[in-house]
Amino acid sequence: MLLNDSRYRSTTIQVVVVIGLMLFFAWLINNTLNNLASLGKGVSLSFLNAPASYDINQRLIEYTSRSTHLRASVVGLLNTLLVAALGCALATVMGVIIGILRLSTNWVVSRLMAVYVEVFRNVPILLWIVFFMAVLIETLPKPAAFRGENPEASLFLWDSVAITNRGWYVPEPLFSRGLGDLDVGGLFYLSMDLFALVAVFVAGLMASARLVRRAQRIQETTGVRPVTWYWRVLLIAGPTLALLFILGFHLRLPELKGFNFTNGIYMRNSLVALWLALSCYTAAFIAEIVRAGIQAVSKGQTEASYSLGLRPRLTMNLIILPQALRVIIPPLISQYLNLTKNSSLAIAIGYMDITGTLGGITLNQTGRELECILLLMIVYLCISLSVSSVMNWYNSKVKLKEK
Amino acid sequence: MKIRALVASLLLLFWASLSLNAQTLDDTRASGVLKCGINTGLVGFAYPDEAGNWKGFDVDYCRAVAAAVLGDPDAVEYTPLTGKQRFTALAAGQVDVLSRNTTWTFSRDTDLKQTFAGINYYDGQGFMVHASSGVMSAYELSGAAVCIQTGTTTELNLADFFRANDMDYDPVPIETNAEAKQQFFAEACDVYTSDRSGLAATRASHEDPDSLMVLPEIISKEPLGPLVRHGDDQWADIARWVLNALITAEEKGLTMDNVMSMGDSNDPEVRRLLGTEGELASFIGLDSSWAANAIAAVGNYGEIFERHIGVNTAIGLERGHNALWTDGGLIYSPPFR
Repeated sequence: MLLNDSRYRSTTIQVVVVIGLMLFFAWLINNTLNNLASLGKGVSLSFLNAPASYDINQRLIEYTSRSTHLRASVVGLLNTLLVAALGCALATVMGVIIGILRLSTNWVVSRLMAVYVEVFRNVPILLWIVFFMAVLIETLPKPAAFRGENPEASLFLWDSVAITNRGWYVPEPLFSRGLGDLDVGGLFYLSMDLFALVAVFVAGLMASARLVRRAQRIQETTGVRPVTWYWRVLLIAGPTLALLFILGFHLRLPELKGFNFTNGIYMRNSLVALWLALSCYTAAFIAEIVRAGIQAVSKGQTEASYSLGLRPRLTMNLIILPQALRVIIPPLISQYLNLTKNSSLAIAIGYMDITGTLGGITLNQTGRELECILLLMIVYLCISLSVSSVMNWYNSKVKLKEK
Repeated sequence: MKIRALVASLLLLFWASLSLNAQTLDDTRASGVLKCGINTGLVGFAYPDEAGNWKGFDVDYCRAVAAAVLGDPDAVEYTPLTGKQRFTALAAGQVDVLSRNTTWTFSRDTDLKQTFAGINYYDGQGFMVHASSGVMSAYELSGAAVCIQTGTTTELNLADFFRANDMDYDPVPIETNAEAKQQFFAEACDVYTSDRSGLAATRASHEDPDSLMVLPEIISKEPLGPLVRHGDDQWADIARWVLNALITAEEKGLTMDNVMSMGDSNDPEVRRLLGTEGELASFIGLDSSWAANAIAAVGNYGEIFERHIGVNTAIGLERGHNALWTDGGLIYSPPFR
């Protein structure tokens, strides 16, 4: 009997289980397709090429109601990525500051931060999103309040920022001698001005990094570190500012025209509320991760560093943070993934992310539940896998290198 | 909210993978309750009263069906659904009848695989603004922020209307009428667009209805009616003829109060309807008193209309197109023969 033979037993059982599982899924899929077909709903993705017929308020690429459902999905995807990127950035900054302040020796500060963490992480994120939205809608002035001889509300920062209960309007950067837009395969337009600016800025950063490496080399051979900061500022800022001047950079301020403010960059309430809610919520978790990371470095390390004569700032930068990062980064990856996935709650406040377009209006107007939900799952899976592979790469760069 | 739609979608997948169409009538009789999908809250059409019971024009249709099928108008399990959830919920079998001011369109009938039981309210899409904005016409709305319920035909009409008239707008998508009220009353949007009946109901729920104004333009045809899934013709017939019974009752002067004593009327159609003559009930598999029960429970079409949304209510809608055909309206039932 094979079952009595321990060499074959486990292999046999595994093979049987795998075959059983595959048969089960094959049956499930086959049954689903058959039943959908008998409902007259064969699986097909052709609906993606039909005109979407609905409008999307926040679109990072060209889109009209005549565009296809596929394009509407891409618009939604970009909105998801936008809020996820903004959220991860703000959450990290807030989380690090709060995490460090929680370790402060100042009793009031550390208690306040503890309260922040407990309040935010113990209330569901959906409630925070709805709450932030309600606060923005109910408390901020409506655009009509800016009108008239003696308006009830006024703009901030030398009349450049309008904060209304519909959204925030900030000045819009424009170029009077711009380079125009580049049509990328008919899919979207790439602003050449932005492209040139990023290229020049990155080149400046790289030149500055070379300068730092050179200073390092000189320090290692001679023991004296040349002062380079003014060169670095010049290398980074100089060419960028010069390019801005050449392109004729100026700001266009928002102005009240008709029903709403026009001109300027319009950050909708839904974006702001979602961004702030996701960031504040995730920051509470990141703060705990940062605190844990710093506390994981034993006090002996600090004392050893001091006894070598390193000053506190150098101790933090050279001894504690590199070791703390090792502990911080793996759980940080999960937080970034959580934030990205939580952004699908956007629909609660009408932010048109991909769950709102592909998984919401498109699903509803075309009635293709199976296809839309599967596509949506694949999209989130791809986003999450990309985020985690980038973060894992970063993790492998900072983790303890054992020789 | 969204979670509900996702769950319903997953349920649909699950249901699609396991079962085929069952006989809805038998299932409903076996469970003893009618599963009815309604609006999440729209004064006059579907709203909970102080005691927490659902009331309204659309709710009464559910009650009529329950009375006809089960003999008890209260044997209804209500599922409040947003515009986005409703079709998935119906397709997934979460509800068996959808009575939720839903517009009858070609693609919903054919592509979404629904069967409309008829039209119980002839509506059209309109716009509501704050009177203080000074707007008098929908053609002055260029640049406005427009609150719009997602997953509705109004969403598509809106895009077409602004595109056809070469105007810009900023759509503010919302899920339920309650969210629309929050945003619109706080002037986070300039305009709220929906079916005019829905606008009237929303306006009536404002503390100062005169500060809101419905613009005169009607930009679409919105024939609203109850619907069921494709694939169960008997159930669709029941849904259709309960509605027709309510309409015929108004035409023949049958009311909530007198219906039980009209069985011996001289009018053969009334006798056929009320089951005192002929075999009509057996053709759709119901008791002979099905129509009488429905009418006794909620009254005839006109009574339902006047009780919930008519001129004497806060909503104050005229019969207009929704008068009987004999009064110059469009409400018309095929004969009971």
